[in-house]
Amino acid sequence: MSEQALVEIRDVNFSYDQRPVLNGINMSFGKGKVIAVMGGSGCGKTTLFRLIGGALRPNRGEVRIDGKVIHELGDRGLYEMRRKMGVLFQFGALFTDMSVFDNVAFQMREHTDLPEEIIHDLVMMKLHAVGLRGTHDLMPAELSGGMARRVALARTIALDPMLILYDEPFAGLDPISLSVVGQLIRKLNDALGTTSVVVTHDVQESLKIVDYVYFISDGVIRAEGTPDEIRASNDPFVHQFVHGEVDGPLPFHYPAAKTYAQDMGVTD
Amino acid sequence: MPLIKSVRAVGHSAVDSVWRLGVASRFLAMTLLQSGMSFRRFQLIVKEMFSSGVMSLIIIGVAGLFVGMVLGLQGFETLKRYGSESALGSLVALSLVRELGPVLAALLFASRAGSAMTAEIGLMKATEQIAAMEMMAVNPVARVVAPRFWAGVISMPLLAALFSAMGVFGGYVVGVVMIGVDEGSFWSQMQASVDFRDDIINGVIKSFVFGVAVTVIALFEGFDAPPTAEGVSGATTRTVVESSLAILMLDFILTAFMFRGV
Repeated sequence: MSEQALVEIRDVNFSYDQRPVLNGINMSFGKGKVIAVMGGSGCGKTTLFRLIGGALRPNRGEVRIDGKVIHELGDRGLYEMRRKMGVLFQFGALFTDMSVFDNVAFQMREHTDLPEEIIHDLVMMKLHAVGLRGTHDLMPAELSGGMARRVALARTIALDPMLILYDEPFAGLDPISLSVVGQLIRKLNDALGTTSVVVTHDVQESLKIVDYVYFISDGVIRAEGTPDEIRASNDPFVHQFVHGEVDGPLPFHYPAAKTYAQDMGVTD
Repeated sequence: MPLIKSVRAVGHSAVDSVWRLGVASRFLAMTLLQSGMSFRRFQLIVKEMFSSGVMSLIIIGVAGLFVGMVLGLQGFETLKRYGSESALGSLVALSLVRELGPVLAALLFASRAGSAMTAEIGLMKATEQIAAMEMMAVNPVARVVAPRFWAGVISMPLLAALFSAMGVFGGYVVGVVMIGVDEGSFWSQMQASVDFRDDIINGVIKSFVFGVAVTVIALFEGFDAPPTAEGVSGATTRTVVESSLAILMLDFILTAFMFRGV
């Protein structure tokens, strides 16, 4: 996949204070692809997401986007790069003091000198693409969770980014909204010719729409492959994760200093 | 050693306070540096002036009216002892313009608009709106903080002026209409004793300084709040407490400089 990679992550290490989170991660996201980064809660997915967005700096290694090392860019360079990126936050992060229309128009007004008539048409097109043209004059508080996620998606694609990052796009959605958002991620990626990185732990929905999957656990890549390879994998970790088994390589019990019996005071 | 522990705790808290003051000063410097956009797109400031200034009009107006009425009543009772009831106009106006207008309007502004600013920005942070803005290559200090800062700084002297005007009206209603102080001497004494530069301009300077202090504290606390419900609630409380203390301390310092020789 590295031949036409838009994002290259090379030997990235990252720790918060003394606590290691990512340890020697190597990834490559090809242009035009939808890639899922999966793993259990606290495995380092969101940290990786923030490293790609330039919000964090790796302790070792580099994250290269479109040929540029993101953490070597100055403020101006980083902002230039972010203009080419779209980010969908976990719960949408819509601006609550603005209408749906103004939310989608936000980046156009901030970064371009387009006249209002053109902004109006562009916003309507983006909202139409996510099926919510009719909500343009509503406030975010008047939307359901799934609708808010779709409006946020329309805002994310407002300036036709070359890379879209999705942070847990399926979290807290009902099954219908979940399928709608999943299909939109795929369709918009193909229509815009962009590259999408979906950080998620929703295995079933992700495997339907992505081209490639990385599994992270304990800060390292435990498995990777196409959705078919993942489904057919005999790797115990992948098997446990894909089938949602309670126990396996990822233990049910968090490690404890004492045994259960010792904690209950029944032995010495 | 409990004594060493408590000395250490005092030291830590002092270092933390100085550190926080430094961070807040840097925050103010950043806000000033990033103010260009607010003035190029003045409608951003106007929008915030509506929510912090216009929405505070009623509380400021009503509070000003009642404070003026109390001043009229108390002032009359005191002045009557010395046979100087005719000086009621000067007493009401000077108390309001020099002191009560700027200080009380700023205290009310801190509780009404300052707390709202902190809660709004704190919640924007908790719901990742600030992070989203950064990822959209929009500087949140320029887009969110600076317009609110200037809206507060512009609104504060106007609200203090309204407070004083309503207070003078309240003093007039009680003193002249209800108690029967001579209307001519009420207004003429006021006109003769209130100096434009020494009293009114100094009052405006005070309210401008209070406006800067209250909005910086409110915005900094919101921006610095931990992104949790508890964090935002704590930040909102700190805004009201710190702003109120800052207003009263600054008032003493400014009064000492302004009215020394008057």
